[in-house]
This record gives sequence, C-alpha cells and structure tokens, in this order.
Amino acid sequence: MIMRRSLLFIPASKPAMLQNAEIFGADSIIFDLEDSVSVDEKDSARILLSQFLISFNLDKVEVCVRVNDLHSPFFVDDLNAMINKKVDTIVLPKANVRDVEFLDKFLLKMELERNILKTINIIPIIETCEAVNQINEIVKINRVNGLLLGGEDLTNDLEVSRTIDGWEIFYPRTKIAYACKARGIDAIDTPYINTLDEEGLILDTKKAKSLGLNAKCAIHPNQVSVINEILSPSIEEIEYASRVMIAVEKSNDKGVFSLDGKMIDKPIINKAKKVLEKAKKFGLKVGAKDEK
Amino acid sequence: MKIGIAGSFDSCDALITVIENDKLEIEIESIVENQFKDEIEKVIRTTLQALDLNKVKVICKDKGALNYTIRARLLSAIARMSDDNA
Repeated sequence: MIMRRSLLFIPASKPAMLQNAEIFGADSIIFDLEDSVSVDEKDSARILLSQFLISFNLDKVEVCVRVNDLHSPFFVDDLNAMINKKVDTIVLPKANVRDVEFLDKFLLKMELERNILKTINIIPIIETCEAVNQINEIVKINRVNGLLLGGEDLTNDLEVSRTIDGWEIFYPRTKIAYACKARGIDAIDTPYINTLDEEGLILDTKKAKSLGLNAKCAIHPNQVSVINEILSPSIEEIEYASRVMIAVEKSNDKGVFSLDGKMIDKPIINKAKKVLEKAKKFGLKVGAKDEK
Repeated sequence: MKIGIAGSFDSCDALITVIENDKLEIEIESIVENQFKDEIEKVIRTTLQALDLNKVKVICKDKGALNYTIRARLLSAIARMSDDNA
C-alpha cells in the first residue's frame, strides 16, 4: 500500500527552490514543468531539473515530475528529458483514460529502451468532468498508484466557483477516495491555494481526511507540516492501536474479545494494523502508554 | 551572429549569454567571485569541451549558482543560440 501524506509542488525553473527540496519535510516532491513554468522557460526548466537530478541524490523523498499534458507541444520533450532512474513518478495533468493508457505504454517503451530497471508510477490529475466520470477506469490502469484532485481546473470545467466550504468538490473528493481505497492506492486532495491562511488549510485538510482522502498537495513549504500532522495517525490513535494489537496477542487467537469494555473484532484489528503501519512509515513512535 | 541567453538574476541562479565568436572567451561576474571564479570557469570549460565548442564567447553573471545551475544555464543558452536571437 502506497502511503503519502504531503506532496509539495516546486517549480522546476527555480534553482533556489530545487536545491532545498528535501528539507521541507514533504513525503513527495512534485517538480513542476507545467503551470508554474512560463512557456518561454519550458526548455531551460527541463534542462535545469535534469541537471539537478543528475547532481543530487534525493533519498528522503519520492521524486515526482508534473509534465505538461499529453496534447501540449511540450509533452514528448518533457518525457524524453525526465524518464530516468532518478524519477519515481510522473504526474499527468488533464488526465483521461486514453491519455493515461498511452502514458503507461510510453513509459514501458522508454524504460526498456533506457534500461531502467524500476517501474515509474503515474499519478493522474483528475481535473475535468470527463475524468471524474472515468475515475473507476483510470484507477485500474497499470502504474497508477494515486489519484490527485485538481480542484481549480475541475471547477472551471464545471463552471462553478471554488468556495471555502468546498461543496463543489464534495463529489469528486468522495469518488476519488472510494476508488483509491478500493485499489489500495493514495487518494490525494487538491491544494489549498491561500498560502497565508493556516486556519483555512487546517479545516480543508480535516475535511478531506474525513471524506477518506489520505494525502494532500502543498503549494508552499509552510503548508507541509500542517498537512503531515493532520494526515498522520494521532498519538491517541497509535496508543489505542498498540493496545489493540497487544490484546490480540493475549487473546490466544480468539476472533472477538473486549478491551475497555468495548468489543474488538476483525475490522477494528485491521484498522489498528493500518494505523501502526502508517505510524511506522512516517517515523512516529509506536507503543502503548499503558499496557494492561 | 548567433546568440543564446538563459537564466536569471535571482538568488542561486546565473544569467548566461553565449555568443558566436572566432575564439573561446569567458567573462565571469559573480557575487562569490573571490572564492568561486575558478570553479565556475572550470564548469563552463568542461561543459563546452564535452560539446566540442571552442568558438564562442560566454558571459556569466552569477548570483551564487551551484555548479549544476551554471551547467544547466549554459546548456540552455547554447540550445537557444540561433540567428533569430541576433
């Protein structure tokens, strides 16, 4: 199971941002060749990012690259520059089933030609009404290990405004969460675009979490720690999960037993396992405070 | 005359201009000139040698760029060299 919490966008055209990419604490960095790079800097951004990735080993983060969409004049050049063993994931904007299937085959061909021994993953951005209707098909395509909601473009396509409440993206958020959870991949929320409004970010992230999304994009480094904190298991959740697992061991494989007067059965045990798995993955302290 | 320009005056970046010339010339202005001028020149020479380019003038205005940025901006400027930019 892939488990990300935070994915930070960094413009591929800015050396000062590139060389600090690893220090912001995000689980993944999305090096952006698309919207944050002007048309007349696409060529130099590609070269800059390539040289950066050749020069530095980013061991602590997942290396993602958002390329330009498949129908843009930049797509092929982006992929030619970026398909190498340093890149873990391609983030594909304006995705639909046909484009993701094409990218899947294109990546396979390039991996073979370039003798890349790993599989490069795909995160499609769901940012058109067409894509929302195709989520259940997109999620089944090889290499797709997360879906990212693109709230701004999607609401443009839907011809509605973004609001603080976010009701206009309730349906795609929910649909992405269910489709991703059914496949065991990451459901990634759209970024919160007001980088100065921490309270808004907190509410928005909590809302996404409550709907089943497990990760969120950041467009500024100061958003990362807030997202990580909210989307990590809490200390209370970890302690309870640890106590559940200790009780499981003590129960001598009974299917059902009680803890603190509450019935513990398979769904609760599975949930506890997931909490502890996440806690370990994110480097959080695991253990029960009071092992009764 | 062919000319290519890439980069910026932002911190950690460099603005590099490459001009068609009858010999190799390199001019460097840097905020860290005293410490790193030789290193910057080495990066430029190595990159040009790898491309077998020796009849160009390179003007590098550096704002504290690391080697990979100098190399990338030089490669971009070379790629952008065209008569249209003259």
